[in-house]
Amino acid sequence: MSILNIHDLHVQVESDAGVREILRGVDLTIESGQTHAIMGPNGSGKSTLAYTIAGHPKYTVTQGSITLDGVDVVSMTVDERARAGLFLAMQYPVEVPGVSVSNFLRTSVTAIRGEAPKLRDWLKELKAAMAALSVDPKFAERNVNEGFSGGERKRHEILQLDLLRPRFAVLDETDSGLDVDALKVVAEGVNRVREATDIGVLLITHTTRLLREIPAEFVHVFVDGRIVADGGPELADEIEASGYERFLGAPATS
Amino acid sequence: MTVIADAPVAGAPTGREEAWRFTPIARLRGLHDSVEGAVGAQVAVVTSPVAAFAHVSTDSLPAASGPIEWPAALARAASTQSGVLTIPAHSDSAVPTRVTVTGTGADSTVLTHLVIVAERGSRSVVVITHEGSITLSANIEIQVGDGADLTVISIHDWANDSVHLGRQHAVLGRDARFRSLIATLGGDVVRIVPTVEYSAPGGDAELLGVFFAEAGQHIEHRLLVDHSQPHCRSSVAYKGALQGDGAHSVWIGDVIIRADAVGTETYEINRNLLLTEGARADSVPNLEIETGNVASAGHASTTGRFDDEQLFYLQARGIDPETARRLVVRGFFAELVSRIADDEVAAHIIGSIEEKLGDAPLDEGTI
Repeated sequence: MSILNIHDLHVQVESDAGVREILRGVDLTIESGQTHAIMGPNGSGKSTLAYTIAGHPKYTVTQGSITLDGVDVVSMTVDERARAGLFLAMQYPVEVPGVSVSNFLRTSVTAIRGEAPKLRDWLKELKAAMAALSVDPKFAERNVNEGFSGGERKRHEILQLDLLRPRFAVLDETDSGLDVDALKVVAEGVNRVREATDIGVLLITHTTRLLREIPAEFVHVFVDGRIVADGGPELADEIEASGYERFLGAPATS
Repeated sequence: MTVIADAPVAGAPTGREEAWRFTPIARLRGLHDSVEGAVGAQVAVVTSPVAAFAHVSTDSLPAASGPIEWPAALARAASTQSGVLTIPAHSDSAVPTRVTVTGTGADSTVLTHLVIVAERGSRSVVVITHEGSITLSANIEIQVGDGADLTVISIHDWANDSVHLGRQHAVLGRDARFRSLIATLGGDVVRIVPTVEYSAPGGDAELLGVFFAEAGQHIEHRLLVDHSQPHCRSSVAYKGALQGDGAHSVWIGDVIIRADAVGTETYEINRNLLLTEGARADSVPNLEIETGNVASAGHASTTGRFDDEQLFYLQARGIDPETARRLVVRGFFAELVSRIADDEVAAHIIGSIEEKLGDAPLDEGTI
C-alpha cells in the first residue's frame, strides 16, 4: 500500500501582478485504493494543488510538504514524479507538434515502465486500450492533442491513465466540456483502472456531475486555498443542493 | 504583369530590395558586390558510377538561363572553369554520384560552377556535400533531359563561420522528373536560391528542404518555380527547426503559373519549429496564377513553438527533457526525411540534427 501525504502546503505563483499565495496550508492524505474528491468554487486554488503535485514550474512551494510513502516529492523533477507513480490528467492538455499519439504513448510507457514494451505486445495493448475508450484507431497517427476536440483530449488523458497505471492519479476537472455520453465513457475508463489496480484517485471538480459516475468515499471542500470541510458522499450532495455558500469564509479544518 | 518572377535588380544588392530584405548583407564578406581575388575551386567528384566529369571553360557554355541575381551573375562570370557532370542518355544507376565541396578557411573567397546534365531517359542520383569553412558563391545549373529522372541532394554541413550564396537552377525537359533535396545544417550565413523552369510539357519537380538554424545563424532558402509549360507538376516541402538566440531562417516560396501553363498541379508548404526563445522564422509563400485552367494549386506555412508547457506535458508522462526534445524534433522531420531517396543521407541528416539538439541545454529552471 502507498500513501500520498500533503502537509501544510503553501504555494505561491509569480505573475506580472506580483507574487500571490494561492495555497494556504493544505492537509490531505490519500491511500492506495481510495478515491477522494476535492470540490470548490472556481478560483479556489484546486487546480493549483493538482499542478503542484505534478511539479509545474509556475508554482513554488514555500512551506509544507508532499511525500509519497515518506519520500519527498517537492524536490523531484516533473518526470521523476511521473516515474515515481504520480499522474495528472490535465484539464487543458497542450498540443505537441510533430509527435504522434502512438510515438508519444510508447515513449511514455517506456519511461514509466523502465523498458520498452515489445512492439507486438504494445500494438495489441494500445489497440485494446483505445477500443475500450471508443477511440478511433486513426487517433494513434495524429499529433498529440493537435486539433483534438475537448472530448478527445479527455479520452486521450484517460487512455494514458490506463496505459501508465500510476499509483496515484489526480484528475483535474476531467468532466468539464464533456457531454453526457463522453462523460460516461471517460468515467468508465477511470473506473476500470480503479477496479483493476490499487490506484488512489483525487478528483478535482466544482460540480457533482463527475461524482455520480466515479463515486468518491472522501469529499473535501476547498475554499480560498485550503480545505474547509471533510466528509463523505453526503457532503457532495449538500453542495449540489445548497452550493458553497456556507463554506465561504470558513476556517481550515486542521 | 508578373511580380514575383520579375528579373532580379541589376547591381549589388543593398538590403533594401525585396529579395534581399531579410539577408544580413554586412555578414556576406563582400560576396554581394565583388568577387575580386576569389579563387575558383574545383569541385571533386568522389565516386561516379556512370557520369562523366570534365572541367570546361565557362565561356564555352551557353549563357545562364532563368533568373539570376547579381552576386550569382558575378560569380558565374568570374568562374573561368566549370565542372560538367554528364549522365549519359538512358543510363540507370542506383548508386549515387558523390560530389564534395570542401572549404579550407573562411578567409578566402571561393567560386564554384557546376553543371549537371542528365541526358534523355537517364536515371540517377547526385549527392553534393559541402563541408568546412568557406566564403562561397556557387552556381549549380541542372538540365534534366526529356524523360530523365534526376535527384540532386545538396547537403550544407558548413562550419559555423562559413558564408554561402548559392544558386541552383534546374530546367526540365518533356516528361522529365527532378527531385531536389537541400539540407542546410550549418554556416554563419547561407542563402540558397533554388529555381525551376520547364522547357516542355509534362515535367515534374519535387523540391524538399530540411534546415536547422542555431544561435546567430542566418539560413535562407528562396525558391521559385516558374510554370510556363502546360501539364507540369511541382511540389515543394521545406521544414526547419531553430534554436538559440538570433537563430534566423527565411523561406520564400514563389510559384508562378503563366497563361500557357494549363493543367498545372502545384503545392508548396513550409513548416518551422521554434525550439527556444529568441529564434525567428520568416516564411512567405507566394502563388501567382495567370490562367483560369489550373489542375490544383495551393500553399501552406506554419511556425510552431516547442514551449515550456509542451515540455511539462511530456515530462509529466515520465519522459526526461532531452528525450522530450528529441521526440518533438524527430517527429517534426519524420515525414519529410522518409521521402529522402538515399538512406545514408537521411541517416546523416537525422544524426546531425540530434547532435545539434545536444548543443543547447534546456533552460530548465525548476522543471
